Amino acid sequence: MSASLSVITDRTLTYQQKVAALAKVGEETARPLSIDPETQALRDAGVICDLFEGSAPFRPRYVVPDYERFMRRGSAFLGLEPPRDLWEATTALLVLYRHVPSITTFPVYLGDLDALLEPFVRDEAEARKAIGLFLLSIDRTLNDSFCHADIGPDATTAGRLILELSREQKNAVPNLSLKYDPDRTPDDFAILAAATALEVAKPSFANHRLFASEFEAMGLGDYAIASCYNGLAKGGGSCTLVRMNLAALSPRSKGLDDFMDRVLPDAVERQLSYMDERVRFLVDESGFFESSFLVAEGLVRKERFSAMFGLVGLAECANDLASRGTAGAGRFGHDAGTDAFALAIVERIASIVGSHRVERLEANGGRYLLHAQVGIDSDRGVSPGCRVPIGEEPELVEHILQSAPFHRYFPSGIGDIFAFEPTAKANPRQLLDIVRGGFSHGLRYLSAYAADADVIRITGYLVKRSEIARLNSGGQSLQDTTALGRNAVNNLGVLERRLRP
Amino acid sequence: MTAPAEPVARGIIARGAVARILPRSAVDGPGNRAVVFMQGCDFDCCYCHNPETRARCVHCGECVPACPAGALSSRPAAGPDRPFGITVAWDAARCVDCGACVAACRRDSSPKAVTMSAAEVLASLGRQRAFLSGLTVSGGECALQPAFLESLLVASRAAGLPGLVDTNGSTDYRELPGVVEAAEGFMLDVKAWDEAEHRALTGASNRAVITNLRFLAAAGKLYELRTVVVPGRFDAERTVREVSRILVTLGSAARYKLIRFRPQGVRARWRDLPLPDDGMMEALAGLARAEGVREVVVV
Repeated sequence: MSASLSVITDRTLTYQQKVAALAKVGEETARPLSIDPETQALRDAGVICDLFEGSAPFRPRYVVPDYERFMRRGSAFLGLEPPRDLWEATTALLVLYRHVPSITTFPVYLGDLDALLEPFVRDEAEARKAIGLFLLSIDRTLNDSFCHADIGPDATTAGRLILELSREQKNAVPNLSLKYDPDRTPDDFAILAAATALEVAKPSFANHRLFASEFEAMGLGDYAIASCYNGLAKGGGSCTLVRMNLAALSPRSKGLDDFMDRVLPDAVERQLSYMDERVRFLVDESGFFESSFLVAEGLVRKERFSAMFGLVGLAECANDLASRGTAGAGRFGHDAGTDAFALAIVERIASIVGSHRVERLEANGGRYLLHAQVGIDSDRGVSPGCRVPIGEEPELVEHILQSAPFHRYFPSGIGDIFAFEPTAKANPRQLLDIVRGGFSHGLRYLSAYAADADVIRITGYLVKRSEIARLNSGGQSLQDTTALGRNAVNNLGVLERRLRP
Repeated sequence: MTAPAEPVARGIIARGAVARILPRSAVDGPGNRAVVFMQGCDFDCCYCHNPETRARCVHCGECVPACPAGALSSRPAAGPDRPFGITVAWDAARCVDCGACVAACRRDSSPKAVTMSAAEVLASLGRQRAFLSGLTVSGGECALQPAFLESLLVASRAAGLPGLVDTNGSTDYRELPGVVEAAEGFMLDVKAWDEAEHRALTGASNRAVITNLRFLAAAGKLYELRTVVVPGRFDAERTVREVSRILVTLGSAARYKLIRFRPQGVRARWRDLPLPDDGMMEALAGLARAEGVREVVVV
């Protein structure tokens, strides 16, 4: 059966999911990228992967609109005046979301919702109703849990309502991050966020001081957390995300030295050239930056776009090299020696990527940003980014201290997920303690949920277990991410995460 | 290198007998807390979950051959506190935490208790420190070592870890103003309201407990009140009602935790005590709420 016919006749896809899948089939008929044979060989071997971004990039993978500007100025193209009250504000945002492109066809960033809506909050009861309907509309019309909203670091009524309503509604969309800063985020607000996370797997906690200082240092100023946990410049985004599967790369080497000196640098250079080619087509040929009203109205600006160099499977790579190295080298996450050369691998990648410049992109001086990619649903035996494999997780604090040194290399995203015993819900402050301790050791991003929650975090996105069950029984699920989550549950053992007391 | 200055309480450098230190717990007060279990208790509660913390070790040596890991040894020693002429030593590095030594002890003690200063306790927390809201001193009964307790609370507070005191209330805290001042709050057990029932449950009077309940509630120092419910062993309704009335009358914000008896860790002769059912626990919780207690928790 042809690719298009198999989509058309699939009983488990909703109409919208079929439209998106058919668009992908259509895109694949165009092959405008120039890819050298060596790079193509690494793509075919699963070492370099563009994560279903398509053969002819016609929009940046991640678009991060400047919603503050939209609220101030409205949109001429959409015929919208700046909103004057909460109903107009939430409606204006829902209208704009429909027109924000991304890899998923849905917006991967919905705005710093508390700051956007707080100026319009007058009567709390009315605000609760308006924001409740707004969140409901997001879940039911933006059917993809990579849609990500941010709140914090300051406490607001709008932020509190978003947390309370998230806890009540128990929806998978939007994904949600609290930008947490111990100097700015009050404890009661942070504890409400922690209690909400244990109930509905969101919000996650983003290390605001770390992100803010980095994006300031890069000259990009304000940042957003988008999609899974991607730190990106607000009013910009990322043209592409290509990942290197280190688990598939290490077997191509003769050992640690050969890996570090020959195999890894070569693969990194190939991936950079592939990214350059995708960026070239998007910027020079696709016409996106010349034709999108988002650009014309200043809601995104080309000079605020970068691209993300992803990696995955560091644990398996390190374990493979350790097993072939000197006797006694232990497992990643448990052996200081193995962890040390895993860190050296990341440093090596960071060094090569950091010395590469792409002239078409001005953000961060034309340097790509490192990203710890969380995997794709078909990955087997490949752990997300720099994470310790499920089933081998150390004790909680040991785990965080093991992970934290890796986080500083990944301004465009890295994070750890911890599953807690349901009893942890009785003491949400303990989660805040974990967040504070982790951030004080340089951790960038932390997610948590309690094991009995219906909404759970798969790798970076959220899925309802009840929706997976619906899909497994031959039905359809409104969210396209449910199918990804189901496969990740089967292939990565997501439900077997170590439970923390 | 000179040793760090020791906190001084009552003119002496206080050291305490510590049964064990749990570097991080989520069930001993708000947030994550280090828990210091002190050795020695003056109550003999039938439902005690860690009876090995009741008595001080007399170094009889009976546990040494019971250890399968070679973590215990004995050597000759003299002195009034070594009636058997030996000292038992415990090697933490070899210990596998199997519990054989505790099971072999006839005196409700443990060879693993160690004598520590407050500074040593805090230093032992290591890298867990950044992940804690505070420290909880538990037991055993911590107020039996008041100088050490005070020095530990003072040092812990200075280190940014406010201390909660988990106590059986047998010591009159009006006589320990330094402890009360240094503590962030108290977690107090009222095991039975009736004196005779309390004696039957614990082998001790509850007069000081009730005095402490009133004193700490009025002082705004009560964080949590607890009652362990064992059907038929005491009048739980009366206990919950009387305790609730005092909390409400004195304006205490303490939460009242009602704890089901559970046999885990309890000495063999008490393991078959009856378990309360959900209906009984909920009825008691309803009673406390009806009396006006703001927060009631059943665990």
